[in-house]
Amino acid sequence: MRLAKKDTVKALERRGIDAKTAETLCNAGFTMGKLKKASIEDVMKAGISKTSAGKVMEKLSKIDTKVTKTTKKVKKEERGAVTPLLIDSKLKGLPLPLSIIDELRTYLNKVKPTEAQLERILQMSVDAYERARIEPCEAVGIVAAQSIGEPGTQMTMRTFHYAGVAEINVTLGLPRLIEIADARKVPSTPIMRIKLEPEYARDREKARALGWKIEETNIIDVGSIAVDMAKMQVVIELNEKILSRRNITAEEIAKKVGAETNLDVQLEGLKLTVNPGRHSYRGLLQLVEDVKGITLKGVKGIHRIIIRKENGEYVLYTEGSALKRVLQFEGVNASRTKTNNINEIAEVLGIEAARNAIISEAMDTLREQGLEVDIRHIMLVADMVTAEGEVKQIGRHGVAGEKASVLSRAAFEVTVNHLLDAGVKGHVDELAGVTENVIVGQPIQLGTGDVELMYKAKE
Amino acid sequence: MKKFNVLDHEMVPEHVIISKKEVEALLTEYSITKEQLPKIKSVDPICKEIDAKSGDVVKIIRDSLTAGKSIAYRLVVD
Repeated sequence: MRLAKKDTVKALERRGIDAKTAETLCNAGFTMGKLKKASIEDVMKAGISKTSAGKVMEKLSKIDTKVTKTTKKVKKEERGAVTPLLIDSKLKGLPLPLSIIDELRTYLNKVKPTEAQLERILQMSVDAYERARIEPCEAVGIVAAQSIGEPGTQMTMRTFHYAGVAEINVTLGLPRLIEIADARKVPSTPIMRIKLEPEYARDREKARALGWKIEETNIIDVGSIAVDMAKMQVVIELNEKILSRRNITAEEIAKKVGAETNLDVQLEGLKLTVNPGRHSYRGLLQLVEDVKGITLKGVKGIHRIIIRKENGEYVLYTEGSALKRVLQFEGVNASRTKTNNINEIAEVLGIEAARNAIISEAMDTLREQGLEVDIRHIMLVADMVTAEGEVKQIGRHGVAGEKASVLSRAAFEVTVNHLLDAGVKGHVDELAGVTENVIVGQPIQLGTGDVELMYKAKE
Repeated sequence: MKKFNVLDHEMVPEHVIISKKEVEALLTEYSITKEQLPKIKSVDPICKEIDAKSGDVVKIIRDSLTAGKSIAYRLVVD
């Protein structure tokens, strides 16, 4: 404490304040930092006359302005040293990713360094990038597995959740993450997010009409179905209101039902009667089921459509997914429409789109739970899963099950099957991987263990 | 019903078939064989669209969230 006081006194004296005033200031508890922020009144409270307090303030501020003036001068000398053109040409040849180059360009154009400084900045950036890069022989897969696995333990098991989308169930959390990793053919809650062309996106009525066009309409949706036991026929009563809302007529329905069942359909007003002609009770009940299954209108598999307004445009959310057919609808903005069914994306838009979908779905699932996993880990998983040109699962029927080493596969799941199979067929394990070498007790091929020394004998 | 080109979808990155010479350069740069590249199926909708045949190498220019742009290669297989 005393030492600090002495230092402050010395610093004040250096600035031209007499020793006595400096000491009183220090005794009042002022330090250099506090003095700079203090006003004349604050200084006077320490028991110093107004004139000397004014002098103190003046001297302190003078020195400060002097300091800032000199820095300004230096800056002026630097200015105009390099042109943005030079910066561009220097940046072009750097072994850096585009995003870093863009960032460097904006900053360099703002700072305007001299050529020597520019060289130094670029060299340091390249060095920093090289340091940040993953090193050869690093176990990236294990790190990715741990980095996804640990936050995964914090995920809640809760399956159903209303993720802001009115009334539509979305599988989230751990079950969804497992679904993505297992590459399920159809997710448990398929959902599409249909973006619309501008004229539809602004008009709620048009969006609604398009929604009715896409949504699957069955008999159940437009009326009630009953069995007339006395006359041995199926009777359908249609609801006029719903018919007009869904933009479908009774005649159309009669025609469609007739075509699908190959039976005689009679229409009286809003009453539809289907006469099966066969006189078995079971046949009649089967007919009811058949009629229920007929898609009168829309896309099969799209059970429900909900309209939401997002960022000033109407977006359709669907329960059920049929990407290929929906993309062909007039008014659908096909290039921005998505589904959460990754296999469907792979089929319709290709393997690279599926890779993107895996990354965004996994990241969104984790983020929704408040977990931040570095995207590079997810990207590695997505790369592995799509490496063979189709979406494989991670488990024993996919990535892990196709490893070259018998021991490595046996260490994962269904041990006996793999060992027995390998024994019967006479497979050889080259002991080239990590797991195998852990099992047999050899140094593993990771990090420094992956480097081999060779000696070339002189002939 | 309108015709939609899958290449226009925002999730589909740019795919380019590269020449034999470029393939050679790529393989020597990484000292790998063609078969060590990731694969893309010849029945992939994108391969059909850009008319890539089995044995071609496709260069994919991805919009990367970490690197801005990143380049990947896939070997077309049946």
